[in-house]
Amino acid sequence: MSFLDKDTLKVVGTRPVRPDGVDKVTGRANFGADMKMPGMLWGKIKRSPHAHARIVSINTDKAMALPGVKAVTTRADFPDIPPDKRVLGAAPANLWDLSRNCMAKGKALYEGHAVAAVAAVSPAIAEEALELIEVEYEVLPYVMDVEAAMAPDAPVLLDDIFTAGVEPKPTKPSNISKVVRFAKGDVEAGFREADVVIERRYTTKPVHQAYIEPHACVVSVASDGQCTIWSSSQGQFMVRGYTARIVGADIADIRAIPAEIGGGFGGKTIVYLEPVAYMLSKKSGRPVKIVMSREEVFRATGPTSGAVIEVKLGAKKDGHITAAKTVLKYQSGAFQGSPVQQGCICGLAPYDLPNAETIGYDVLCNRPKVAAYRAPGAPIGSFAVESCIDELALELKIDPLRLREINGAKDGTKAAHGPTWTNIGYAKTVEEAKAHAHLKAALGPNQGRGIASGFWHNAGGESSAACHVNEDGTVTVTEGHPDIGGSRASMAMMVAEVLGVPFETVRPVVGDTTAIGFSASTGGSRVTFAGGMAVTQAAQKVVEELKKRAAVTWDISPEAVEWKDGKAHPAGANAGGFEPLPLAELAAKSARTGGPISAEVQINAQGQGPGFTTHICDVEVDKETGHVKILRYTAIQDVGRAIHPSYVEGQMQGGVAQGVGWALSEEYIYDKDGRLENPGFLDYRVPVASDMPMIDTVMVEVPNPRHPFGARGVGEVPIVPPMAAVANAIAAAIGVRLRDLPMSPPRVLEALDQAEPMRQAAE
Amino acid sequence: MAKTHVSTVINGEPVEYLCEPQQTLLDVLRDELNLTGSKEGCSSGDCGACTVICDGNIVCSCLMLGAEAEGRSITTVEGIAEGDKLHPVQQKFLEHAALQCGFCTPGFIVAAKALLDENQNPTEEETRYWLAGNLCRCTGYDKIIRAVLDAAAVMRGEAAR
Repeated sequence: MSFLDKDTLKVVGTRPVRPDGVDKVTGRANFGADMKMPGMLWGKIKRSPHAHARIVSINTDKAMALPGVKAVTTRADFPDIPPDKRVLGAAPANLWDLSRNCMAKGKALYEGHAVAAVAAVSPAIAEEALELIEVEYEVLPYVMDVEAAMAPDAPVLLDDIFTAGVEPKPTKPSNISKVVRFAKGDVEAGFREADVVIERRYTTKPVHQAYIEPHACVVSVASDGQCTIWSSSQGQFMVRGYTARIVGADIADIRAIPAEIGGGFGGKTIVYLEPVAYMLSKKSGRPVKIVMSREEVFRATGPTSGAVIEVKLGAKKDGHITAAKTVLKYQSGAFQGSPVQQGCICGLAPYDLPNAETIGYDVLCNRPKVAAYRAPGAPIGSFAVESCIDELALELKIDPLRLREINGAKDGTKAAHGPTWTNIGYAKTVEEAKAHAHLKAALGPNQGRGIASGFWHNAGGESSAACHVNEDGTVTVTEGHPDIGGSRASMAMMVAEVLGVPFETVRPVVGDTTAIGFSASTGGSRVTFAGGMAVTQAAQKVVEELKKRAAVTWDISPEAVEWKDGKAHPAGANAGGFEPLPLAELAAKSARTGGPISAEVQINAQGQGPGFTTHICDVEVDKETGHVKILRYTAIQDVGRAIHPSYVEGQMQGGVAQGVGWALSEEYIYDKDGRLENPGFLDYRVPVASDMPMIDTVMVEVPNPRHPFGARGVGEVPIVPPMAAVANAIAAAIGVRLRDLPMSPPRVLEALDQAEPMRQAAE
Repeated sequence: MAKTHVSTVINGEPVEYLCEPQQTLLDVLRDELNLTGSKEGCSSGDCGACTVICDGNIVCSCLMLGAEAEGRSITTVEGIAEGDKLHPVQQKFLEHAALQCGFCTPGFIVAAKALLDENQNPTEEETRYWLAGNLCRCTGYDKIIRAVLDAAAVMRGEAAR
């Protein structure tokens, strides 16, 4: 069965109300912090006030003596993880790093690093007990910025990190944990061929995912070691597996129940609290709840990397790019694993480059360990490349969309990082941009328009799904992925389409780790692709079963039965003149035809289609205050096939708003001692409703032939272009190029001040 | 310290509770009264996820003490629908897909309801500024603003319910 022909679809492509909607508009949906248990204790975490310090001693006696305190835990309770147990299945995390991030071992590596925790009968007593835990520190020199951390004399965070990816293998530990390189053609020859070569340097600051729901969990460990975890995360199987390894438990002893998740954007793809709550519950014999404060969320979770990116582009006068070289240096925070590789790949991916080289450095520094953030790494590399493409367009006096037309990747293009593209929609996004009314809208004084493109490879991977036909013919679909933005609706829609039944008769459930087979986390824009493939296959198996049941009823061969519009029909005149059998009738009689009708499938989904996008942004710059206002924004994206178009638009609009915050106002600000100065939403400024205009969306549909409905991931790529789109618009508005994020009012004023003497000199 | 006895009205019902002096109204709603629809996103009045209506005004319940509810009338997200009939703002949030994760939604629903109680014909700009104290990280606000404006039209009798 193929569902690639849009004209045949009845449910997919419509906009029904999501099945979990009413609970979410009435306050009934249960998120991470909403869970309670009888006898539950409240846990709190003590965190390092220093950016880098040796933990000399921890004395918990006074805290334990406080009435109401039931348990205290420190690193001493956590097992070391041997090298062969540091990776679990196909999961990307290094669990030894995560363990030491959940509870510092030997050294605190950033301000906010957990060093101890308590559980008490009330939050107030737990808070008081934290003050009674005595930690003696030996404060060490620290390093915050990426290039300083790369310097040979920089303070070294971890003595077991030797730079990977260089020959010969280093013998001295370094903050540079990894060097990656991709190359194609002869980049130096390419630059020699060029008529114009430009070389620029860009910087970005760490920004937080800033989901509105702080991390939260309740963990209950019984005396026989069996454990239940309720928590908000992007993957209940991730929570189960990572917690098991970090606390030294068997996976089968842990049941992880996913709460509703109040935003994640990648930041909830690892654990922070669950292993700590586990230890407190084990030691106290009672369930333990831990909820982070907003301050803790900023100081100890998230952010993504701050970075320095150098871009060199060479082109012929006619606009053909002859060579591109990028060097990316990404902060990874206290442990290795910045998304620099994706930055290297994604920045150059929209272009057909005869010669290209990209080098990335993954660099430790005394900041919180970075976590995935929506298209991890890509927005940073693309901010630099897409800004530089705009600078090249200005230099060549070629329209920036025309430059992208000339150099854009298309089917058959071999990307610098290896793959040869098929079925990609990049050119169509540029074509749609050129045709869009937005481009013709007039601009006033101090207003400018910017263009930028973006790429994200999307993900597939392991997913499970079950499709159960209930006794009355309604359908329950169980999936293994937390619903972070409406995916229950998409899953139910695909199943309804396959079964030929109304959407409202299919109810989706996000199962806990005992209710459904293993499923990788919600991330990488993979759920509609991989999860959607799994539910579709489960529904298809159910259809095959329903055909068999009709065949038994009619006493004909299953091949002589076809399934259409929710009913079994005889496949033709030769099959016999039977009245169609609807799903409900087959369900009601299932006991007589072979028993319950259900199917579960497990897949490792391959063939996710890459996502390309092009954005158009208009800004107005207030030259008195430096404030940049977004006047109009249009996002054009190849979405493959929009299963529920409203939620696809929502992903595009949400990505744009996050990108606008990254562009204009969001940044981590540290004082001279390496302490975060803005751990709250007042001083860490995310866009609010009055900062944004409506965000126009254009969904280009180039179906992904590897997905039954043609879907490709849509959630991440929309955050890739906005920073460059805004920077390019500012440059067009005021004739001044800003290459450092965020382009906040002080930076805009500074850039204007610096440009003024140059302008006067030029006149 | 002794607990304070509070008599108040929540979602139209008389309610009595004991609270500790440092407990916020949000703590009381969530931890003592099991009204967990109001969410805690920041505890500093910056995110609006805990928005409630207190005597007709929207307040962040994390910035109000539980003891301060004495003699007042509080409406939380649990009190916006009339029985099984959703408020037009709730209905339009669903129809416009104005929520993704849904965590900020209770605060937006309460704040938008208060806006429409006061002004059934707000402009887009008025709506954006009214809701500027409610953070949403998922939607980019587009569909939220459209949902509120559409709900206003319903309440004015200009659009189908």
